[in-house]
Amino acid sequence: MAQIMIRNVRKDFGSFTAVKSSTFTIEDGEFFMLLGPSGCGKTTTLRMMAGLELPTSGEIYIDGEEVGMKPASQRDIAFVFQMFALYPHMNVGKNISYPLVSQGMPRAQVRKKVAEVAEILGIADILNRPVGGLSGGDRQRVALGRAIVRDPKAFFMDEPLGALDAEFRERMSEELRALHDRMNATTVYVTHDQLEAMQMGDKIVVMNHGVVEQFGRPQEIYDWPSTMFVAGFLGSPAMNFLEFDGQLSMNRNSVHMNGTDFQIPTSLEGARGRLALGVRPEHVRFSDSSGYKGEVLATEYLGTTQIVTIATPNGSIKSRMSAAQPVSVGDMPGLEFDSRTISIFNVETGRALLSQANQEVLRHG
Amino acid sequence: MSFSVTEPSPRQKWIAGILVVGYALITMLPLLWIVATGFKSSADSIAYPPKILFEPTVEGYVNVFTTQTRLSNEMAQEPRENLPWYEQLVREKGNTIVGQSRYTERFFNSVIIGFGSTFFAIVLGTAAAYAFSRFKVPLKDDLLFFILSTRMMPPIAVAIPIFLMFRNLGLNDTHAGMILLYTAINLSLAVWLINGFIDEIPIEYEEAALIDGYTRFQAFYKVVLPQAATGIASTAIFCLIFAWNEYALAVLLTSGTAQTAPPFIPTIIGVGGQDWPAVAAGATIFLVPVMVFTILLRKHLLRGITFGAVRK
Repeated sequence: MAQIMIRNVRKDFGSFTAVKSSTFTIEDGEFFMLLGPSGCGKTTTLRMMAGLELPTSGEIYIDGEEVGMKPASQRDIAFVFQMFALYPHMNVGKNISYPLVSQGMPRAQVRKKVAEVAEILGIADILNRPVGGLSGGDRQRVALGRAIVRDPKAFFMDEPLGALDAEFRERMSEELRALHDRMNATTVYVTHDQLEAMQMGDKIVVMNHGVVEQFGRPQEIYDWPSTMFVAGFLGSPAMNFLEFDGQLSMNRNSVHMNGTDFQIPTSLEGARGRLALGVRPEHVRFSDSSGYKGEVLATEYLGTTQIVTIATPNGSIKSRMSAAQPVSVGDMPGLEFDSRTISIFNVETGRALLSQANQEVLRHG
Repeated sequence: MSFSVTEPSPRQKWIAGILVVGYALITMLPLLWIVATGFKSSADSIAYPPKILFEPTVEGYVNVFTTQTRLSNEMAQEPRENLPWYEQLVREKGNTIVGQSRYTERFFNSVIIGFGSTFFAIVLGTAAAYAFSRFKVPLKDDLLFFILSTRMMPPIAVAIPIFLMFRNLGLNDTHAGMILLYTAINLSLAVWLINGFIDEIPIEYEEAALIDGYTRFQAFYKVVLPQAATGIASTAIFCLIFAWNEYALAVLLTSGTAQTAPPFIPTIIGVGGQDWPAVAAGATIFLVPVMVFTILLRKHLLRGITFGAVRK
């Protein structure tokens, strides 16, 4: 297993730049998520690590060795494709043994390895079946089997659950995570599903327009997003932005917005102009004592919680609260925000301002 | 009431079956006539009204494969019991076999040139199609159109220039020349057809093989080729049928050594009177290789023709 380092990697397709100078490190044994909307360069980044694309510039290190220009066949890694890419003219067993055959492993040993892997994945009974008639889940398992059978340095997965039904996805994501924990293999996983990323990943890189926006542990990124894009991409519903014109100086712990002072984590960076107060829906509460009022526009009942849409003087926001709380459309509740969790953004640059609360996350990310 | 719009009743199926079989018989009548004539005696073949029932004989086949001469009087007296059956057959007509006919030679010319040019068209076409399908080729669409455009011209339009070029290159009436020519003509078709088939194969299969530790070439022949086999087989049939049947260029460019069967068969008619059974036998035998080739590959052919029609 191996550490993977990406240094200033860039990829141009003609005049289009898919990845602009990415730099991050994947530690040995990590389950690492590349997250972003479609077209953000996450798949290109993964394909460069795998050797299916060559970087225009920059270096890629796998296990300390620079592999940027090496062909995929020499990198000793495994790749799970979204459409699985099982060889259609071979049966399940042959598919799994194929990477071993290329290494010239003796037959008896190949059989033993395949049987072992099939046992782990629970597909020992279908080894002689053609891959054509398999269910989505079984295809996924065969693809995983082909990946793990030769103990590669790292696993790369390109939206491996994307082609599965919702019902299967849940189960396969658990299986994947369990498999990773059992083998402790460095795994890089591409997804556009923020929930999947937070659920499974040890670490997440969030990409947008070919740029790494932030990377870190899921909770760090969720709590202390470095940009408005990250704040808006993670969480469902996304973080609320209350935009206002104002200013913030160093070492302040409140902002003045629409005649009301809001407590915030102590600022370590000043700004003036268009600012946004970012607050997660679960940190928006009703409070009779608050002078900052909004009008309830809609409620969505979700079982244990409900999502309440509220029109405020600074735009419409969403609040997640207990379903037990009585709310009806047209109410004019006072609003307060959990002051410990607030981020202030400079709207023009889209970046979060440093504060006592987020400095640790933002400085190392 | 149990009634279905989509499922025909047994009676409807019968009627449909009879119509199809009837139609097939009508369209195949000329073919049946040729095959039957091949087994008739000379007299039967020109009988009027035509004979549907006749005593079959392989005279025509013996005649088409041999050259014969009149028996001398001494030879006519010899006992015939120890002679091979075909010689006995010929002697009954007062002839004797003096050697192989040129038909045999022409037939093998057809086999060599037909299969040879098909082989080269498929090998080169597959390589070119793979490159067009998988690599960034500058001006790809223009090049593909250019390749196809060579097929738009009727070959006979360029027959004279080709004849002159071949004469200067010493390729007139040579196997190599005809293989080269048919390969060139078939190549455009092969590139286009196979390109379509390879485009349909997801590139992920190859990428999976590359990651599994195979080289690009290994990925090509271990993963792509088996997937494309269907398309390649049907393309091969089209190429062979063209090369096998080609008449106009063969007439112009071959006369002896490398002459193929199509220009030769009509010439049988003029040798020693109209030997219709021999002509029919020659035509029947000429049909066999393409039929066998097509039947061997028919599973692929059917899949190939409907390839891409259904989303996988």
